[in-house]
Amino acid sequence: MNVNQSAPPVPPFGQPQPVYPGYHQSSYGGQPGSTAPPTHYGAYNGPVPGYQETLAPGVSRAPPSLGAPPATTAQTPCGQAAYGQFGQGDVQNGPSSTVQMQRLSGSQPFGSAPLAPVVSQPTVLQPYGPLPTSSQVTAQLAGMQISGAMAPAPPTLGLGYGPPTSLASASGSFPNSGLYGSYSQGQAPPLSQTQGHPGAQPPQRSAPPQASSFTPPASGGPRMPSMSGPLLPGQGFGGPPVSQPNHVSSPPPQVLPPGTQMTGPPGPPPPMHSSQQPGYQLQQNGSFGPGRGPQPNYGSPYPGAPTFGSQPGPPQPLPPKRLDPDAIPSPQLNELPPQQKTRHRIDPDAIPSPIQVIEDDRNNRGSEPFVTGVRGQVPPLVTTNFLVKDQGNASPRYIRCTSYNIPCTSDMAKQAQVPLAAVIKPLARLPPEEASPYVVDHGESGPLRCNRCKAYMCPFMQFIEGGRRFQCCFCSCINDVPPQYFQHLDHTGKRVDAYDRPELSLGSYEFLATVDYCKNNKFPSPPAFIFMIDVSYNAIRSGLVRLLCEELKSLLDCLPREGRAEESAIRVGFVTYNKVLHFYNVKSSLAQPQMMVVSDVADMFVPLLDGFLVNVNESRAVITSLLDQIPEMFADTRETETVFAPVIQAGMEALKAAECAGKLFLFHTSLPIAEAPGKLKNRDDRKLINTDKEKTLFQPQTGAYQTLAKECVAQGCCVDLFLFPNQYVDVATLCVVPQLTGGSVYKYACFQVENDQERFLSDLRRDVQKVVGFDAVMRVRTSTGIRAVDFFGAFYMSNTTDVELAGLDGDKTVTVEFKHDDRLNEESGALLQCALLYTSCAGQRRLRIHNLALNCCTQLADLYRNCETDTLINYMAKFAYRGVLNSPVKTVRDALITQCAQILACYRKNCASPSSAGQLILPECMKLLPVYLNCVLKSDVLQPGAEVTTDDRAYVRQLVTSMDVAETNVFFYPRLLPLTKSPIESTTEPPAVRASEERLSDGDIYLLENGLNLFLWVGASVQQGVVQSLFSVSSFSQITSGLSILPVLDNPLSKKVRGLVDSLRAQRSRYMKLIVVKQEDKLEMLFKHFLVEDKSLSGGASYVDFLCHMHKEIRQLLS
Amino acid sequence: MATYLEFIQQNEERDGVRFSWNVWPSSRLEATRMVVPLACLLTPLRERPDLPPVQYEPVLCSRPTCKAILNPLCQVDYRAKLWACNFCFQRNQFPPAYTGISEVNQPAELMPQFSTIEYVIQRGPQSPLIFLYVVDTCLEEDDLQALKESLQMSLSLLPPDALVGLITFGRMVQVHELSCEGISKSFVFRGTKDLTAKQIQDMLGLTTPAMPMQQARPQEHPFVSSRFLQPIQKIDMNLTDLLGELQRDPWPVTQGKRPLRSTGVALSIAVGLLEGTFPNTGARIMLFTGGPPTQGPGMVVGDELKVPIRSWHDIEKDNARFMKKATKHYEMLANRAATNGHCIDIYACALDQTGLLEMKCCANLTGGHMVMGDSFNTSLFKQTFQRIFSKDFNGNFRMAFGATLEVKTSRELKIAGAVGPCVSLNVKGPCVSENELGVGGTSQWKICGLDPTSTLGIYFEVVNQHNAPIPQGGRGAIQFVTQYQHSSTQRRIRVTTVARKARFLVSPECKPGTNSGTVSWADAQSHLRHIEAAFDQEAAAVLMARLGVFRAESEEGPDVLRWLDRQLIRLCQKFGQYNKEDPTSFRLSDSFSLYPQFMFHLRRSPFLQVFNNSPDESSYYRHHFARQDLTQSLIMIQPILYSYSFHGPPEPVLLDSSSILADRILLMDTFFQIVIYLGETIAQWRKAGYQDMPEYENFKHLLQAPLDDAQEILQARFPMPRYINTEHGGSQARFLLSKVNPSQTHNNLYTWGQETGAPILTDDVSLQVFMDHLKKLAVSSAC
Repeated sequence: MNVNQSAPPVPPFGQPQPVYPGYHQSSYGGQPGSTAPPTHYGAYNGPVPGYQETLAPGVSRAPPSLGAPPATTAQTPCGQAAYGQFGQGDVQNGPSSTVQMQRLSGSQPFGSAPLAPVVSQPTVLQPYGPLPTSSQVTAQLAGMQISGAMAPAPPTLGLGYGPPTSLASASGSFPNSGLYGSYSQGQAPPLSQTQGHPGAQPPQRSAPPQASSFTPPASGGPRMPSMSGPLLPGQGFGGPPVSQPNHVSSPPPQVLPPGTQMTGPPGPPPPMHSSQQPGYQLQQNGSFGPGRGPQPNYGSPYPGAPTFGSQPGPPQPLPPKRLDPDAIPSPQLNELPPQQKTRHRIDPDAIPSPIQVIEDDRNNRGSEPFVTGVRGQVPPLVTTNFLVKDQGNASPRYIRCTSYNIPCTSDMAKQAQVPLAAVIKPLARLPPEEASPYVVDHGESGPLRCNRCKAYMCPFMQFIEGGRRFQCCFCSCINDVPPQYFQHLDHTGKRVDAYDRPELSLGSYEFLATVDYCKNNKFPSPPAFIFMIDVSYNAIRSGLVRLLCEELKSLLDCLPREGRAEESAIRVGFVTYNKVLHFYNVKSSLAQPQMMVVSDVADMFVPLLDGFLVNVNESRAVITSLLDQIPEMFADTRETETVFAPVIQAGMEALKAAECAGKLFLFHTSLPIAEAPGKLKNRDDRKLINTDKEKTLFQPQTGAYQTLAKECVAQGCCVDLFLFPNQYVDVATLCVVPQLTGGSVYKYACFQVENDQERFLSDLRRDVQKVVGFDAVMRVRTSTGIRAVDFFGAFYMSNTTDVELAGLDGDKTVTVEFKHDDRLNEESGALLQCALLYTSCAGQRRLRIHNLALNCCTQLADLYRNCETDTLINYMAKFAYRGVLNSPVKTVRDALITQCAQILACYRKNCASPSSAGQLILPECMKLLPVYLNCVLKSDVLQPGAEVTTDDRAYVRQLVTSMDVAETNVFFYPRLLPLTKSPIESTTEPPAVRASEERLSDGDIYLLENGLNLFLWVGASVQQGVVQSLFSVSSFSQITSGLSILPVLDNPLSKKVRGLVDSLRAQRSRYMKLIVVKQEDKLEMLFKHFLVEDKSLSGGASYVDFLCHMHKEIRQLLS
Repeated sequence: MATYLEFIQQNEERDGVRFSWNVWPSSRLEATRMVVPLACLLTPLRERPDLPPVQYEPVLCSRPTCKAILNPLCQVDYRAKLWACNFCFQRNQFPPAYTGISEVNQPAELMPQFSTIEYVIQRGPQSPLIFLYVVDTCLEEDDLQALKESLQMSLSLLPPDALVGLITFGRMVQVHELSCEGISKSFVFRGTKDLTAKQIQDMLGLTTPAMPMQQARPQEHPFVSSRFLQPIQKIDMNLTDLLGELQRDPWPVTQGKRPLRSTGVALSIAVGLLEGTFPNTGARIMLFTGGPPTQGPGMVVGDELKVPIRSWHDIEKDNARFMKKATKHYEMLANRAATNGHCIDIYACALDQTGLLEMKCCANLTGGHMVMGDSFNTSLFKQTFQRIFSKDFNGNFRMAFGATLEVKTSRELKIAGAVGPCVSLNVKGPCVSENELGVGGTSQWKICGLDPTSTLGIYFEVVNQHNAPIPQGGRGAIQFVTQYQHSSTQRRIRVTTVARKARFLVSPECKPGTNSGTVSWADAQSHLRHIEAAFDQEAAAVLMARLGVFRAESEEGPDVLRWLDRQLIRLCQKFGQYNKEDPTSFRLSDSFSLYPQFMFHLRRSPFLQVFNNSPDESSYYRHHFARQDLTQSLIMIQPILYSYSFHGPPEPVLLDSSSILADRILLMDTFFQIVIYLGETIAQWRKAGYQDMPEYENFKHLLQAPLDDAQEILQARFPMPRYINTEHGGSQARFLLSKVNPSQTHNNLYTWGQETGAPILTDDVSLQVFMDHLKKLAVSSAC
């Protein structure tokens, strides 16, 4: 069906294509085909595959190639030519503003359009329908290209890092490239533009942005241009195209996706636009053209690489400078200006700017809901606020992929080195506007599953034989539909009740589990929280115990509850400990709590059953009495030694005895040196840094904790650890159990009630109140051809497929890497189903299912167009952070750089338009890869500064492991917000600036946050009035350095700043303590550590330097 | 003879000592030929209201290896102020305080009537009484309630400065800290893990901390009282509340399972706790348990109900898999406790066995009590428990702690051993024999818990060879020195010095035990009569029985019986008058006449027969047999039977089935049981209600009389006997029927005429048959 349908449309498209060189045709062809599918529509799957297939054949590739071409933006004349052809060039250059405008307007349609094409024909049709009016073909093309460019490229990069293997696998998933390519391209363009703009300057947005973007990449003179240049053009084009009408956009998108843009641009900015387009085309032609025919073409292009080189040759004159990152001594400033001047008077900092990219995505995609109906569409960036409408695929809040277009073969994947990974946050919290997943109850028979692969019923299952059977979309097994589930099919082959059943129409939903899904075939009892409090001398002296006990009294009323339940079903228990453990019997019938001391720490057990875990309301009086007495009882303690492993063991045993899952809240202060299992030595040794033994600093001291964690997991015992160290506590070892049980770790070094109370209490409240799933098992099923091979996060795995989580909260993510084990089919795409079996906080056993359909591509360009850099970085960081456990840090860093270079080189070689070797050409979607990667490389774990303690490194390493994409994004590239630039009245967050000292104006005040830290930087010559209204002191010199609380003052500025601080804190899962830093103050060193685009004191490269280095690496690979 | 009886009685009253032979053989060979060993029953703390303790310290012989205490048997030179030790003949100077002595001004210890004297030691710290309750919480609700009440009641009986501690156990063991306000605090131990004393002390925090706090107020107690042992006056209310709040062990017990009971660990912790805090101070660990230990060290049976607790059958078949290990565990504990002078009581109340067999050594070796009942909610337990805290005429508890018994003998004798609630202190010396009878190889024993009736059997050996008999005029002397902690917390020493000699040439009428007359060691061969007359058959029976029971603990039952039989036959051969091969001619003198009968009943007693008794019961019976005084022991061997009828006043009757008559009420006292048995007619009368008719008031009185007498016994005895009121044909009548001599059985019913007695359905031999057989064997020359 699909094929046929697609076929017919092709011709029409083809016709339009003529305008654009062949590649469009192909892509269009594909799309048109899709358009035809509308009939297929009925069944989403049906149409999609159709698309792909049609596309896949040469056509699809062509489109991707298109994507590439844009890259050509590179100065090359061709590029210009392309521009010219596209018209984009005009758009961008001339009326950038207009372009934007157009984009905006068009953006909506685009969004829809792109979606449609990607996911399924129907969607495609719709979007197309509207847009295309002028010319469907073009529109479609545009969309196609755009999408392609964007999504694929970035993500892949991320994966690339260390393990070549992963890369390979990752790269494998291109199948849909055709469709995607076009699609993503469309999107990409906007991005690129934005990026370019931000990077460059505010004004850039209009035309400049593009230009700037181009140039900037060339950080060095040459690089900037090459990088951004291409991008920009692309962006510019894309942008317009996207938003606008497919027509316009179409050309631009192509440009953009090309990422390749980078290459050319630097040289001749003006020409760039035009050149870019041409470039695109060229590239496309070059690679694609040949590609079109058969894949082999690809191969040829590669070898042909040299030809590329030759191509660049011409442009070289200009490019060389830019290209040679190394050559360029000073950063942007020097180079940029020239570039700008040469090109479009672009700002020096025209290398790809994260700020601009984020800003553009916000503008372009923030206003429209993201509808998940279409296969393989790239969601808006994590930094963008958008609504999600679930129409069959899981919301990006649950799953984000590095690439939404997976190479069809593992060879491709290997070639591209783009890791294929999904960052899954199964219990993600949703904004109030979005409905949480529906709960489906299938009664005693339990959820309907495929008999063979055990996949759960989902929208992709194909009902056949009049609805009596269904074919599993994962393993193709044909299953009978049980009588009670039978339903007739409509004329499209879809079940009549599809929209009445969440499992047939939504991407995310929940099943009520039957008793078969429960441990020991018994429905679980409600979980329990056990608070385990260190009462050794340190804890008492710092005031921690008193504070905590006081807080718990009220906090216990806020335990998580299910839905609108009156009271929480969770029971609580209390343990205090130093060298021995004290359990408390707080049974409601007692007049006074009873303390039971267990000093046999070598062989821990739970001394009581009844009365240890109680309902808060029933035992309130006893609990209150207990919490009152605990600080008193230990007020005179002189015990400084503590135990640790036995404490966890005790909590675990308690849960075991109570036959429930639960969570331990451990409040611990010191290195556990008391004689007991899990006893630790102080082994902190900074001398090991940068040696082969450095990895031991990250490894646990003893295997005892792993064993313990294993037992905890088996019992569904999650451990949250609050650390209050005054000195080295060996976080690397203490974190093992929380890490493997899905718990969180909080660390408050040198805790003092006065200074850290707010932070600790806030974290504690949030941690206690957050909704948690217990005793969970997660399994990711994939359609044939790929499979999940590697997992990152806070969990334990006893086999290779099941992720076991003693506890899982809404902040925790699991990153899953996929590899090919067979060839994928462009038509059917690739499906992911993440099933999480867990116990809710009310003790209900449930299954949460997330489904996601991805496209497959046979063209690398499609991959590069549908990547997501943020996700890629998330994956790469986790991969690298795990790597430091086993390899020297240097090896890990090198592997990261190599992988990144390979990703980009592969792009350059296969997707970018031929240009000078001296040009740096980045795929649109991955243009931020270098800057982000540099941030990862400079992070405390991989390149510690002198002030970073071993514990801090282990702590951060552990944190990152379960971060989601948004968190890693801001963690590695902190947000820097100028406070006085925007009018006081504006209620929105001020636009961020790039994290570089050069962006700081000494007359301004800035907030910097990375999800863990929050700084308020005050410039030395800030207006007195501002100082007065913020700090209530008369001059800059009177501001207390290191201040952590802003005085509450009744003036607009103070209110606004405090409001902003509060809102920033609200966005993060952990409370960020504010530190006021004055310019030229001692503390500024600390602050500067977070200006990640600059050279760091510990030797981390500046953005520009790194870009140069990266370029060098790429060139080496290419030659 | 009368004189000997008087002599024996007088000695017993004054010294608490009864010898099997009051005249001693002159050589080892002679002694062997006399069959019954030379031994005595010693009741070290026999109540002597007429004996006020002297408030000074004893005078010791200066020879380091002797150190005998000045006594009335010593030669004193009043002028030189010297005295000669009668054990080692060392001449000693009197200490300065004795300068004023003369023939007329003698210190008490030199007066003959003070052959037993008690000194109060003033120096040294006074140690408080310590009571550590170890309470099983795996009880039924009402049982636990009753136990809690008993315990609370006991608090009021303790002296206010006594230290008390509380350990509860079930699946876990909890050591309660008694000093804290507000939150009640306890240390919990897992019931499955054996801990060394050091570990326990570490875990309880007894090793270092807590000391400074105590030292802050050192006046309160000379001893550092730990957090777990507090003076009752301080924590009376706390402890009462704590006991009140005790809950049943909360751990679920699924169907078909026994509750998990960690008795072994609980005891181990109790011992360890006291060991760490009050070593060498008298203390009493009181274990209350309602079932067998089912986990951890010392477990006696698994928790599967389908596997019953071991029986004698299992033990014989070597099928009791936990027994050896458990016994070893408890023995180890008992020895540790004994070393530190702590005694362990076991109060076991359950319908099934509770593992007394394994745990018996705890009580046996430390002088603790052992009480067995069906439930804590019975008067048997309640009153028995209350009786532990009974007081003597001075208002002191009838208990003493941490006693050391030292025996000194003159050189003619050596000590072979002791049987009783004691452990050896392994003090070797010249007076210690190489042959062991009972617990031997030492001249000193530790008796951690003593009461006024605690009695030890002490066995001696005559040293002299046949060719060098004890010279004429020799006189054997024995000194018993008992150092102990009196319940008033004083340390005291009671010294008993006795001497016995042979009446060789001296007629039995001569008053024995004095210095007068010519004295020589008896030549058994030629002066058999005299020795015969000096035989104390009661003491001998008990002493032999103790030896038998002691052997029964380690040997097969039949072997012990055979040994007893052989001894009896040999004794009869030696002392009987008969013509060879003529059983009818066999006669025994009066002083031996009852002995075979005792042996007959001993053979049938639960001390040697395990049939029909569980291992726990056997252990329980043997425990009491090994510590009670002579009278009680005799009751145990041969129960007393009284008859009440219209034919006359109540009279003791033969323990024989012929005594069971229709018109009699019988009262039997077996020590462990008091049985009142109504004869057939009496029972019918009572059923008909004659006792309620005014005209038959005499019948009412008749019914009442045995009840009153029974009450009297019940009042005095510890432990409370089981009280059984039954009648002819009643099921409980078996207690009576199993004890009486089965002179009439279904086998010989018709040969005996039907008028008298009730036939017993048994194949056991009757006393008559036994005696006939004995005679035959005695006169036979084959032996």
